[in-house]
Amino acid sequence: MIAAALAAGSRLVCGASVKWHCDPSVTRQRIYFGNHSSHLDFVMIWSALPPRLRQSARPVAGRDYWERGVVRRYLAGKVFRAVLIERGKGSDKAGAQAAIAHMAREMGDQYSLIVFPEGTRSLDGVVGPFKSGLYHLSRLRPDVELVPVYLENLNRILPKGESLPVPMMSRIIFGPAFDTNGSDDKDGFLLRAREALTRLRDAR
Amino acid sequence: MTLFQDRALVALVGGVLALLVVASIAGWILSSRITSAPGRATVDNINARIRAWWIMALVFVVALTTGRVVSILLFSFISFLALREFVTLAPTRPGDHRALFWSFFIVTPLQYYLVWIEWYGLFSILIPVWMSILLAVRTTLAGDTEHFLERTAINQWGLMICVYFLSHVPALLMLRIPGYERQNAKLMFFLVLIVQLSDVLQFVWGKSIGRRPVAPAISPNKTWEGLIGGVGSATLAGAALWWATPFAPYQAGLMALVITMMGFAGGLIMSAIKRDRGVKDYGAFIEGHGGMLDRIDSLCFAAPVFFHLTRFFFAP
Repeated sequence: MIAAALAAGSRLVCGASVKWHCDPSVTRQRIYFGNHSSHLDFVMIWSALPPRLRQSARPVAGRDYWERGVVRRYLAGKVFRAVLIERGKGSDKAGAQAAIAHMAREMGDQYSLIVFPEGTRSLDGVVGPFKSGLYHLSRLRPDVELVPVYLENLNRILPKGESLPVPMMSRIIFGPAFDTNGSDDKDGFLLRAREALTRLRDAR
Repeated sequence: MTLFQDRALVALVGGVLALLVVASIAGWILSSRITSAPGRATVDNINARIRAWWIMALVFVVALTTGRVVSILLFSFISFLALREFVTLAPTRPGDHRALFWSFFIVTPLQYYLVWIEWYGLFSILIPVWMSILLAVRTTLAGDTEHFLERTAINQWGLMICVYFLSHVPALLMLRIPGYERQNAKLMFFLVLIVQLSDVLQFVWGKSIGRRPVAPAISPNKTWEGLIGGVGSATLAGAALWWATPFAPYQAGLMALVITMMGFAGGLIMSAIKRDRGVKDYGAFIEGHGGMLDRIDSLCFAAPVFFHLTRFFFAP
């Protein structure tokens, strides 16, 4: 109930129109990866999914942010069932590997993930370079489909550093599944993944 | 309801509903007769418009006949949606965020609250004076000078067109016209009906005999034939509706002429903005009509002029 109300409410505030380039009715496991520019990002991807897919989609989020306060902890734990990971250890390779392994494990054989490979929110809406997490996750779970999701205007609705939204209209574009079988190395993979995302923006 | 005892209002509402019935039948006949592909597209578009007309007419009639509060709420909601479309289309930066937040959640409700409490003095200067200063100050304090002039202009213009201008429609209810007390709802009806009739008639005249575009660089669909035919026939319709207004027949005709000319200018101005931003419609809120702002652009520019002419000449 809370989930449905939250999904409807955020779609309304963000005047969201949703476009699909892949099949929204297929219930296979997916990793949705989007561009990150606002706190609204994962809520909007989550809201845009049809209810059946929404129930099995879990956002990956920072433990430090989502375990502060009763409301956030409730939302992260009960409503979104977020996969919480440690942050701020960018140089710690073992920590990063553990986080990726944790995500892969949490997916099990039924959950999808919502991730933001840039790692941090962009200030001006420009899509930054991808961190390597998406590549490693895809190697650990080659059975899972990768779907790029371009989020338009959310950085204008609720930019970094603001707490109140300006209700402009937004667009959420789900791209065709990303080909993970390319023979490219890590950097090539990440460049291609970023391109798959920005192509959705340019195609409009 | 006292309003239903007003014969003229009942006649207006009945007339509009009858018009819509005729339009629906005509649309139905057209869709069964015309088979060519381009003709089909036009007919489908016309029928989508007629369906949307039904909904808009019903919403407007309900608002008008249930009283002042509902009319004011309806137009504040329309302002909100229009401003949303306007700001979405115009380039803004993070430095505008607070000023925009004020525009949506403080300025817009406040403007319509002033209509509700009938404080004409503040109503008429809130946005052009107070908010024009305060919002510019707020944007300046954000410290971002890039495209500063454009950005402040976007916020000001958005508020003027979508909120200030449009709020003059329900503001008609606060005019005190001798001999026309408690009948101002019909004035609102007159304004909206003439604006929309003129839009439709310009479309019809333009589609049937339109050849020479008025401003080809802005809108190839607006032709001299459509303009003259539409304005002429809407003016005649306005004069014929004099019995619902406080005006004499020739005065009602002149008012309708001004309304339609302003409406035409408004449509052209909003088309120029759309051209500048490289889009065809402001949104997809109403099927067959594009966005809210695409539908009300003529009304926005006609409302303040009609309000002030009526106020100056008829409400001493």
